[in-house]
Amino acid sequence: MIYRETGQFKSTYENDHSIFPLIQDKIAFNILMLIAFLFVPLVIDSYWEKAILIPFLIYSMAAIGLNILTGYCGQVSLGTGGFMAVGAFATYKLMTIFPELNIMIIVLLSGVITALVGIVFGLPSLRIKGFYLAVATLASQFFLIWLFNKVPWFYNYSDTGQITVSERTMFGIAVTGANAPSYATYLFCLILVVGLGFAAKNMIRSKIGRSWMAIRDMDIAAEIIGVSPLKTKLSAFAISSFYIGIAGSLYFAVYLGALEVTESFDIMAISFPVLFMIIIGGLGSMLGSFLGAAFIVLLPIFLKNVMVDLIGLSAVTAKHFEITTWGLLMVIFLIVEPHGLARLWSLAKEKLRKWPFPY
Amino acid sequence: MSVELLNFIETVLNGLMSGVMYSLVALGFVLIFKASGVFNFAQGVFALFAALTLVGFQTGQIPFSHLINELFGTNLHNWYPSLHSFLAILLTIVTMIILAWLVERLVLRHLVNQEPIILFMATIGLAFVLEGVGDLMWGSDVKVLDVGIPSGGSIWLEEATIGWASEGSEYYGMYIDVLNVWATIIAVILVTALALFSQYTKTGRALRAVADDHQAALSVGISLRSIWILVWGISGFIAMVAGIMWGTESGVQFSLSLIALKALPVLILGGFTSIPGAIIGGLLIGVGEKLAEIYIGGLLDIGAIENWFAYVLALVFLLFRPQGLFGDKIIERV
Repeated sequence: MIYRETGQFKSTYENDHSIFPLIQDKIAFNILMLIAFLFVPLVIDSYWEKAILIPFLIYSMAAIGLNILTGYCGQVSLGTGGFMAVGAFATYKLMTIFPELNIMIIVLLSGVITALVGIVFGLPSLRIKGFYLAVATLASQFFLIWLFNKVPWFYNYSDTGQITVSERTMFGIAVTGANAPSYATYLFCLILVVGLGFAAKNMIRSKIGRSWMAIRDMDIAAEIIGVSPLKTKLSAFAISSFYIGIAGSLYFAVYLGALEVTESFDIMAISFPVLFMIIIGGLGSMLGSFLGAAFIVLLPIFLKNVMVDLIGLSAVTAKHFEITTWGLLMVIFLIVEPHGLARLWSLAKEKLRKWPFPY
Repeated sequence: MSVELLNFIETVLNGLMSGVMYSLVALGFVLIFKASGVFNFAQGVFALFAALTLVGFQTGQIPFSHLINELFGTNLHNWYPSLHSFLAILLTIVTMIILAWLVERLVLRHLVNQEPIILFMATIGLAFVLEGVGDLMWGSDVKVLDVGIPSGGSIWLEEATIGWASEGSEYYGMYIDVLNVWATIIAVILVTALALFSQYTKTGRALRAVADDHQAALSVGISLRSIWILVWGISGFIAMVAGIMWGTESGVQFSLSLIALKALPVLILGGFTSIPGAIIGGLLIGVGEKLAEIYIGGLLDIGAIENWFAYVLALVFLLFRPQGLFGDKIIERV
C-alpha cells in the first residue's frame, strides 16, 4: 500500500536511469542520509565510534572495492589485506614526507598509489583465472606484508616496526590522532564512503561497469564483441585497489592510529572477512557491500555480549565459541541464501509491493 | 668434494623432504577437488583437528572438559592415563571418517550445483567451525605429539659424510632430520597404496570415474554421495598423516592449520587435478624454497622470504603454463 510504483511515470531518460527509480526509495535514502550526517554526529560517543560505526564504514569501503573486482568483474581476490596495507603505509609515508599536505588529499593519494600497485598485481589475471588466480593473489598478500615488514624505510626505521599516526586537521578540527573527537572521525569516513560509494554506483551503471560485467559473465564472448580484456581487467584491479587502499588508509589513520603490519593485515584478519562480507552481502550488489560489512561488524559484538555477559564463559572459551558460531553461520547462510542479504532485501521489497492486500 | 657442493646437496635433500610434507597436504586438496569439485580450504584445519584428536585419545582427555568445568564448576580431566599410539590412530581414523560423513550430510549435499566460489567459502566456514570445535573439545594449549616416530638429526649420516669434504676444510657432516626421512617413507607408502587402490579395486575405479565426469558416473550407477564420503574420508586420513608429521615436528597448535597456505602454491604449480602434479609440485617448491632462502635470501641479506617465494615461483610458472604442470588442458568455448 505504501510501497508501490503505481502512478509514477517515467517521462524522461534521466528519470528512467535514476539510481532510485521509486520516489519511496529516494525519500527513504534521503532520510537515512540526513540521519547519518546530522543526527548521528550529535549523539555519537566513543564506543559507538570505535566499535561499530568507523569499522562499519571502513569495511564497507573495502567491501565495495572487492565487490567491484570479484562481484562485478569476476576476478576472485584473496589479497585484500595486502592492498589495505599498501594504503596504510602510503598514508604513513605521505604524512611523514609532506607534513603540510591536507589529510583528505593524503588519503586519496594513498588510494591512487594502491591502484598502481593493484595494476601490477592484476597482471597475472590476463593469463590465469578462477582459483588459480585466487591463489596467485595470495602471492600479493604475502609479498606485500613481507615487504612492509622487512624494509625499514616503510616504517621510518622505528625499532618496533610499528607505524603511528600524527595529528592532522580538517577545518581546524583534528580528524586523526588520539585527540580527534568522535564526530569528526565519523564524518570524515562518512563523507569519503558516501562520495566514493556514489562514484562506484555510477561507474557500475556506465560503460566501464558494463564491460566488467561482460568479462565476468564470459570473457571470451566479451572479447569477441569488442570488450578489451586487458583494459577491463586492469581497470577493475585499479579501481578496486583504489577503494581498498582508501579503506586501508582510513583503517590506519582514523581507526587504529598505530599498527603493526603482520598482525593488522593478516589474511585471516582482513582478506577472508572482507571476501565473506561481499558473499554474505551479495556478490555484485552495492547494497550488499554495506549489509555484509554491517553483518560482519555486528556479529562478533553480539556474540561476545551473549557469551561473556549472559552465559558467563571465560573470554578464551567465548572466543572459541565465537569462531565456531561464526563458521556455522557462514555455512548456514551459504546454504540458505547463496545470493546474500541483498537478495533477501529485494525479496522483501517484492513482498512489500503487494502488502497488505496481495490480490 | 668442496664444502659448497656438499652444502648444496644438503640443502636440496632437506628441501626435497620438506617438499614431501607439502605434497602430503596438497594431495588431500587434489583428491577432493577431483572428486567433488570443491576447493577445500579446510584441509589444513583437518590436519590440525586430526592431530588434536589423536593427542586427545592418546592422553585420554575427556572431550569438552574445559567447557564443562567452566559451566558447572566440575573438575574433569582424563578417562584413562594413556592409550597405545596405534589404537589412538585407529580411533582418530574413525573420527575423521565420521567427520567426512557429517560434512557430506550437512554441507555438501545442500550445496550441489552452486558456484565454485560459494563452495570455497563454505569450506572456509567449515575451517572456522572445526578450529573452534577442536579448541573447545581438546583445549587450545600447545600439545606434544609423540607416536613413536624418531626425530632429531641423523648422527649416522653426519659421520658418514664428514669425510667427504676435501682435506683441510672445515666440515661437520650433513644435517638431516630423521623425522623427515620417516615422513618421506610413509608418504611413499601412502601414495603407492592410494595408486594401487584407485587402479585395481572396484571402488577405486568408481572413484576415478567420478573424478572424470560426474554425470556419466551417475548414469552408470555410481553413488556420488558414497564416493564423496569416501573421498573426504581419505582426505581426512591424509590430513591425519600430515598432522602427525607436522605435529611431531613443531607441536600441535593453531599454526598447524596454516600448512594449508603452504600447500596452495604447490597446487597451482602442479595443477588442481593431478596427483603426480601435487607430488612433483611439492618437491619443486620444497627445494626451490630452501635454495632461495639460502642463496637469494643470504645474498641480499633479507630473511624469511620463504613465506612468499613459493607463491611467486608458482606465479611465474603459471604465466607460461596457466593450467599448472600436469593440470587438464584448458579448453574454452563460447
